[in-house]
Amino acid sequence: MRMRYDWELSICLMGFMGRVIMTNDSLHGLAAEFETDAGLMRAAEQAYALGYRKMDGYTPFPIEGLGKALGKTNRIPLLVLLAGILGGCSAYFMEWFASVISYPLNIGGRPLHSWPAFIPITFELTVLGASLTAFFCSLGLSGLPQPYHPMFNLPEFERASQDRFFLCIEAADPQFDTPRTRSFLESLDPLTVKEVAK
Amino acid sequence: MKGELEALVGRRSRIALGVGVACLLLCLLGWFVNPRQFFISYLVAEVVWLGVGLGCMAFLMIHYLTGGKWGWAVRRFFEAAAKTLPLVGLLFIPICFGIHYLYPWAMPDRVAVDPVLRHKQPYLSVPFFVIRAVIVFGIWSWMAWLMNKWSREQDETLDLAPLKRLRKLSGPGLVIYPLTITVVFVDWVMSLEADWYSTMFPVLVCMGQMLSGLAFVILLLAWIGPRTSLSEIIGKENFHHLGSLLLAFTMLWAYLAFSQLLVIWSGDLPHEISWYLHRIAGGWRWVLVFLVLFHFFGPFFLLLSRQVKRTERALAAIAGVMFIAHIVDVWWMITPTFYPHGLHVSWLDFAAFFGVGGVWLFFFARNLETRPLVPMNDPRFAVATTAV
Repeated sequence: MRMRYDWELSICLMGFMGRVIMTNDSLHGLAAEFETDAGLMRAAEQAYALGYRKMDGYTPFPIEGLGKALGKTNRIPLLVLLAGILGGCSAYFMEWFASVISYPLNIGGRPLHSWPAFIPITFELTVLGASLTAFFCSLGLSGLPQPYHPMFNLPEFERASQDRFFLCIEAADPQFDTPRTRSFLESLDPLTVKEVAK
Repeated sequence: MKGELEALVGRRSRIALGVGVACLLLCLLGWFVNPRQFFISYLVAEVVWLGVGLGCMAFLMIHYLTGGKWGWAVRRFFEAAAKTLPLVGLLFIPICFGIHYLYPWAMPDRVAVDPVLRHKQPYLSVPFFVIRAVIVFGIWSWMAWLMNKWSREQDETLDLAPLKRLRKLSGPGLVIYPLTITVVFVDWVMSLEADWYSTMFPVLVCMGQMLSGLAFVILLLAWIGPRTSLSEIIGKENFHHLGSLLLAFTMLWAYLAFSQLLVIWSGDLPHEISWYLHRIAGGWRWVLVFLVLFHFFGPFFLLLSRQVKRTERALAAIAGVMFIAHIVDVWWMITPTFYPHGLHVSWLDFAAFFGVGGVWLFFFARNLETRPLVPMNDPRFAVATTAV
């Protein structure tokens, strides 16, 4: 019995020591849990104002303006526009090249460069270029597919897909300092502030 | 509630009525001086203002079926515009006296030499033309009356029966709308050219009408929204949603307009291409360039921007341009038939447009004033405004 008690005590102690000596190498960041989206929005704005940049918000549903508050720039619209224009231009060029230069055919006496006939394909490839870019860029730029994410080390995190809102300031941020960041997050009136292991 | 609109639109609507009546008197003069031109101009004006009312009624029905935040703030505008349809029907009466000036199937000398027109005689005859117009205006007016009546009932009761009836009408109503448009626009516009037909045309007309109705309510919301009780329920999102709809309908209009061109261009048949040949002859070509730029490309690229859609002044400016472009579109759809060699603008074009428009706007404003601007007792409205 006595033996067993010691074991438990030492495991407990090791756990405690582990938390104390956990360095930035094994720490993903500090996560604050909020009950409302407004709480998270306020926290994100204040964190950004304090100079934190490497951070992310986790919410059960999309929140308008959160990305902006976190300082994330969304490059997808511009990329989609460029890809759409590129798709349209290349389609028109392809058709023009095929019917005027490479393989001219007399079709019902129409001019070789008959633009109305080229428009449907131009339209289709504009849409194709734009939609494929939107799909792959939203996957790629958000880092998907991602089989492992440190946030799942946090037991409470499963509620991020139900009714809780998380803000995680990552240890990789140059401003990050465990005690200071912790006290900052606690000042934002969260439910909990937890360390997230890598 | 009534006072807030009276201060804002009361005087302006009476000025509109004055201008409208004066212009209609000028039109009356035009009827005696140059009847053919009068009927051309009057038909354009009639089709333009009919489009605003019908487009608004179509949106009203869509909103009863789908709900959504975009429609609450502008529902009263839709209803007031739909309620003008009986008036547009009354204003249609002069056209019935001008059939012989407008339509080749009613000109005996044209019919005598054209076998196609002779074959169309059983359908395209003056009495049958009038009967069809009366029936279709009857259907539209009846629908607009029911939608306003039930909506008024809903304002006074917490029972949801009127709302259910409105939704039951809206489904079939949205089927009736393009069908009736097909019937009357074959008569009023397509049969202007003796042999021309296009199966795409009625849908194109519907999209144009909805586009002009939407542009009209966006302009109106940007103007009176912030100055009345509507300001409590509108925000940037309302303009954003309406802007997105405007973009969608701009694209749909362009898609249909181009599809019609592509089908006719590919077929390359004499009786079909004449319609386009008349519409690119001489100065008409520049009208077409204007339409391509201001009915599609300009608004399309501007409305892609989220920032533009959320800025009410910018969005209202685009809606204004679209509204004008649509008027030009209707004019370009009708007038070149009579002037196939080149651009022709008449003072009667303006007199008829402002005449019908002034009277229309006055009755629209009066319809709008009789009801509170914010819809009441619709449970989905409460959900839409609280879940911001």
